Amino acid sequence: MKLGEHAISDSAINASQSVRKGAQIRFKETAIALIFILPSLAGFVAFFVVPAVRGLYISFTDWNLLTPSKPVGLANYAALLTDPDFWNALKVTVFYVLWNIPLQTVLAVAVALVMNAAAKSSLLKGVILLPWLMPNVVVALLWMWILDPTIGLINVAVKALGGPLLPFLSSPGMALPTIAGINIWRYLGYTALLVFAGLQTIPTDVYEAARIDGSGERQTFWRITLPLLRPVLAFVVVTSVLGSFQIFDTVAVTTKGGPINATKVFNYMIYQQAFERFQMGYATAVSMVLFLILVGVGLLQMKLLRAGEVET
Amino acid sequence: MRLSRTARILFWIAVVVIAVVTLFPFYWTLRTALTFPRGVFAHPTMFLPPEPTLGNFERVLGLVDAATSVSLGGSGQKINFFIFLRNSIVVSTLITVGQTFFSAAAAYAFARMRFPLRRQIFGLYLSALMVPGIVLLIPNFILVKTLGWLDTYQGIAAPAFLMSPFAVFFLRQFFLGLSRELEEAALVEGAGRVRIFFQIAIPLSATALATLAVITFIYSWNDYLWPLLVGRGESVRMLTVAIGIFRQQGAQNIPDWAGLMAGTTLAILPTLVLFLALGKRVINSIGFTGFR
Repeated sequence: MKLGEHAISDSAINASQSVRKGAQIRFKETAIALIFILPSLAGFVAFFVVPAVRGLYISFTDWNLLTPSKPVGLANYAALLTDPDFWNALKVTVFYVLWNIPLQTVLAVAVALVMNAAAKSSLLKGVILLPWLMPNVVVALLWMWILDPTIGLINVAVKALGGPLLPFLSSPGMALPTIAGINIWRYLGYTALLVFAGLQTIPTDVYEAARIDGSGERQTFWRITLPLLRPVLAFVVVTSVLGSFQIFDTVAVTTKGGPINATKVFNYMIYQQAFERFQMGYATAVSMVLFLILVGVGLLQMKLLRAGEVET
Repeated sequence: MRLSRTARILFWIAVVVIAVVTLFPFYWTLRTALTFPRGVFAHPTMFLPPEPTLGNFERVLGLVDAATSVSLGGSGQKINFFIFLRNSIVVSTLITVGQTFFSAAAAYAFARMRFPLRRQIFGLYLSALMVPGIVLLIPNFILVKTLGWLDTYQGIAAPAFLMSPFAVFFLRQFFLGLSRELEEAALVEGAGRVRIFFQIAIPLSATALATLAVITFIYSWNDYLWPLLVGRGESVRMLTVAIGIFRQQGAQNIPDWAGLMAGTTLAILPTLVLFLALGKRVINSIGFTGFR
């Protein structure tokens, strides 16, 4: 830097010096910028880039933590195609998403409309967001207790009214929808807040115009609110489906994949393969396939939700 | 919005239903936590705590000896949620401070400075938002194991300590929205980028940083799978992991519901306090993080 400052007084080489000075300033800015991003870059490379590449590599080996690993090519990928556990996980996960998302989205829109109708809804928003702020583990336990077959509140009450025993999490048929229900309870407020933020972006004069034209409340909702909400709903549905595909905590705390594999979703299957059977190669291969499925689902959804989109 | 009479009645019914469905499970947790274990089984539907007691909290916090614990309805097993509470606080604070600071520095560079590969690096950060956690989980576990960091605070905190793609993205958007004038004036007066960052950019974005910090803290506090894998040891075990393990320890496979709900109440409390203090900001940030 000193060099550049001296050179300014010399008019003969001033022009070329100022070019050099510009280069030096740019160099200095690059150096400072590097200091600013270096810690984050180190974290990114160490815990995102390298693991992603390493995971891909491990998926082509037979590594099991105990014996030295050797490359096996596509053997893990070939194996999963004939593994009933893999197909079970795919089926269970898809069913879980189907139990979870449609109901959650419809309820979220309903709750968002209620929020929109409230003049001051801060308290309501705060209350309904609470479950989302709680650890999954806590939410799972809280509901396990209420849904307990022998002394849980719901079953005792149902029994007192002469109803049948509802096994909830301990029956293969009910466990998956029950877990979906628990997570709907947890995510409803968060999803509703996203939809609510979308509702707020619809200008009030659109509603005014509809009212003057004699549109009823129901008509306004289907013809105006919902179509204008479409981009927001698309975002909400895509992100919640991708999140729903990756459910783990609730299953790990409540059913551990049971009864009889009825809730063994992808993430739980991968967890078991890796950390109970130590089949690291196979587990990472399944995780890579899950990744591909998620990319596919995400792209497909965006295409479906954008198709026939009305220009506004 | 003006509502008709029927609509107003429906609206209030909806509000009450939403509030009850949301809040009742929390009440039931507290009610059970305050119930003497015997009462949990004897009066499963009583609205107020049957045989009210603080004994469950004393038991799970390890404040009483084994004999007293049994007399309070416990199994006599040593449980010390104080340690787990401390671990959760240490790890979540470490992650929150590190991630917020380093992400802010990176976000500021992405928003305000020119350097080679800026777009590409930022694009790479963003693409990481789409990678499912489980893909990175196994290699990260192996890395932490190789480093000998299993059952250490740094092992649990490491992957989130230096950055999260979301935090960088969130703060970059915020810095881009700040007016450049003040910073440019400072530049002309000869202030360096580092000084501008600390003395202008950070104070101006205090609100955004606080919001992000609260969200990061709650996320770290709630995390389960990662600390379960790398931090199972009692000296570093976090509350979420501890509650999961505690649940499986009931006599004859019947969970100690009163004790569990006391532990659960402890795990909820800090989040509740944070949320009551800063709730509005968290709520407002949700619209923000969702769409920009």
